[in-house]
Amino acid sequence: MNFDDKGRLKPGKYFMQGNIAIAEGAIVAGCKFYGGYPITPSSEVAERMALRLPHIGGKFVQMEDEIGALASVIGASWAGLKSMTATSGPGFSLMQENIGYAVMTETPCVIVNVQRGGPSTGQPTLASQGDMMQAKWGSHGDYQIIALSPSSVQECFEYTIKAFNYAEKYRVPVMVMSDEVVGHMREKVIISDYDNIEIINRKVGMNELPFKPDDDLIPKMPIFGKGYRVHVTGLSHNEKGYPDAASDPVEHAKLVKRLNEKILRHKKEIWDYTAEYLDDCSDVVIVSYGSPSRAGEIAVKELREQDIAAGYIKLNVVWPFPDEIIYEVAKKTEKIIVPEMNLGQIVREVERASKGLCKVKLVPKIGGELHTPEEIIMAYKNF
Amino acid sequence: MIFINKELCKACYICIEFCPKKVFTISKELNKKGVYPSEVDDESRCTYCKICELMCPDQAITVVKK
Amino acid sequence: MEHFALKYLRKDRLPHIFCPGCGIGIIINCTCKAMDELNLDLDKVVLTSGIGCSSRIPGYFYLDSLHTTHGRALAFATGIKVANPELTVICFTGDGDTGAIGGNHFIHACRRNIDITVICVNNYIYGMTGGQVSPTTPEEKVATTAPYGNIENPLDLCKLAEAAGASYVARWTTAHPFQLVRSIKKGINKKGFAFIEVVSQCYTYFGRLNKFKNNIELLKYIKENSININKAKNMSEEELKGKIIVGEFVDREKSEFSEEIHKLIDKHKIVK
Repeated sequence: MNFDDKGRLKPGKYFMQGNIAIAEGAIVAGCKFYGGYPITPSSEVAERMALRLPHIGGKFVQMEDEIGALASVIGASWAGLKSMTATSGPGFSLMQENIGYAVMTETPCVIVNVQRGGPSTGQPTLASQGDMMQAKWGSHGDYQIIALSPSSVQECFEYTIKAFNYAEKYRVPVMVMSDEVVGHMREKVIISDYDNIEIINRKVGMNELPFKPDDDLIPKMPIFGKGYRVHVTGLSHNEKGYPDAASDPVEHAKLVKRLNEKILRHKKEIWDYTAEYLDDCSDVVIVSYGSPSRAGEIAVKELREQDIAAGYIKLNVVWPFPDEIIYEVAKKTEKIIVPEMNLGQIVREVERASKGLCKVKLVPKIGGELHTPEEIIMAYKNF
Repeated sequence: MIFINKELCKACYICIEFCPKKVFTISKELNKKGVYPSEVDDESRCTYCKICELMCPDQAITVVKK
Repeated sequence: MEHFALKYLRKDRLPHIFCPGCGIGIIINCTCKAMDELNLDLDKVVLTSGIGCSSRIPGYFYLDSLHTTHGRALAFATGIKVANPELTVICFTGDGDTGAIGGNHFIHACRRNIDITVICVNNYIYGMTGGQVSPTTPEEKVATTAPYGNIENPLDLCKLAEAAGASYVARWTTAHPFQLVRSIKKGINKKGFAFIEVVSQCYTYFGRLNKFKNNIELLKYIKENSININKAKNMSEEELKGKIIVGEFVDREKSEFSEEIHKLIDKHKIVK
């Protein structure tokens, strides 16, 4: 493959695997550190980063486990580098404590989860969307993260860049919730001119106090080695960074509310979805994310050929959940169908957000196979 | 000169025990924390080895050679 | 007049939280003394720690510091050092942090021989959580989770560091402050992984539970039970039972991880 003077793939058309596209997207985003641990079906991301990071002066470390992997990523981020890791279910479970640490310390980092069937070791080589709730709620305490969900190799590339932008802008861990199907599928990727791709870098610096936020609720990041002399702790801390808030109810509440609010206040800038036929969807809307969106889109087209007013909406950003968007959809339609490769996770959010304005039906599928369009069509017919 | 910051002292008395020349003793006055801090008993015995500086866990003792 | 260590510390946070007579304060002093004598560029020093009493040390230093999750300090430190090898990375840790929950990271940081200096406060017990048994608690000693005495074999962290590949390994106690300063200086100067274990007194838990009268008696016990490696070499296993062997165990030159990464980058970089 051809690289440009910044070590990125040259703009053009490529035939590529999803996991490779994630790695190439990360390079474009400016990722300079990868700390990981091998796990099926995500290992190609690590392999590609090990090959590619030296090209651009970036650093790859294969750590001793997934706990250490995310720890090294957070350390590298504080040392000033855009950093990431990739894993799958069991590794994602191991990372949960340090995800909370990254939230608490406002550390930009990207975590790719190429989802496989669980619980436990489950189905290493088959797809699922079983970690969607874990992505939001897996670590302890009240917090917000951002999670994207690609449904194609093209989106693997694009959403990884987006994930880095969100991580850097909001100083939060951002998850790319891929799955085995997208991760191992090979299809066409078009890389357009890089001038059209926005790259966001963190605000490096410090206000009077290291954790005093700007008006957007996000503090500048006083990265290590620049003379800021900042103390960073996972304990509840005040704006000085001191752990005094650990035993102070007011300071603790102030911190945790800000950590949540800095994401929720910007949710409309973060939300991203692809929709069609929402102006003519009075019968049914398919709400999906990730791989099942591929079948959902075909099902909608076939339903429309049968004169059913069907629309679809694909959630590219799943967390923070786009409540108001789903509410607007619920106003327009009689039924919502949610195909998921689990026994019902995001459907709960859809039910909550639609506030009883329409009926909501889950089309669950586990075992590793994708939904077929027919299954979704039948779900509508047997609603 | 031996300086003792009585407010930092937590009265562990490591200085009293480990000073090879037995320079320190226990004060008769409480500090603000409510403990009897160490104080200098006889500075003339001090050889400025400064082990008390290193072994005071509370950074309360400073020794300056005259 | 103020104590020499105060210029390295966050004075607005003193007095620190450590119990009266805790050895951690001594280790703070010795670290500051070593920094003093090395004349380090303090803007380029980063401290890391995990969880426990010892892990509260970095928060008192007026330096960049990362107080992380239990046992993981070395993994975080690995990311920091690899990302910016110009930084001097010092990791404060304890016997539980290093020997139990963080054992894996410890082994692999030694194996990579990454240029990090570890100062491990070994007080034989979990202090922060209330005196539970630790991987280094000597046999038969009492802890709150070993109320009938410890029945497990204790772990020799220095032997582990040596076997796993560290460049520099030493053990001292809080009753050996001058030797400790020397070893911390050597450790920081060492291009590679330096592990310095400091046997330290925790009177509040280890001392009280094991019927020591006060912290002085415990510290004296530690001092009197210490035997220098040079002397210990000629002693039998029987004679060394219950003794603390102190001294320098390893001082060797090996390739260092963050430097190796840069060599690799120099070879394969395509971007100017």
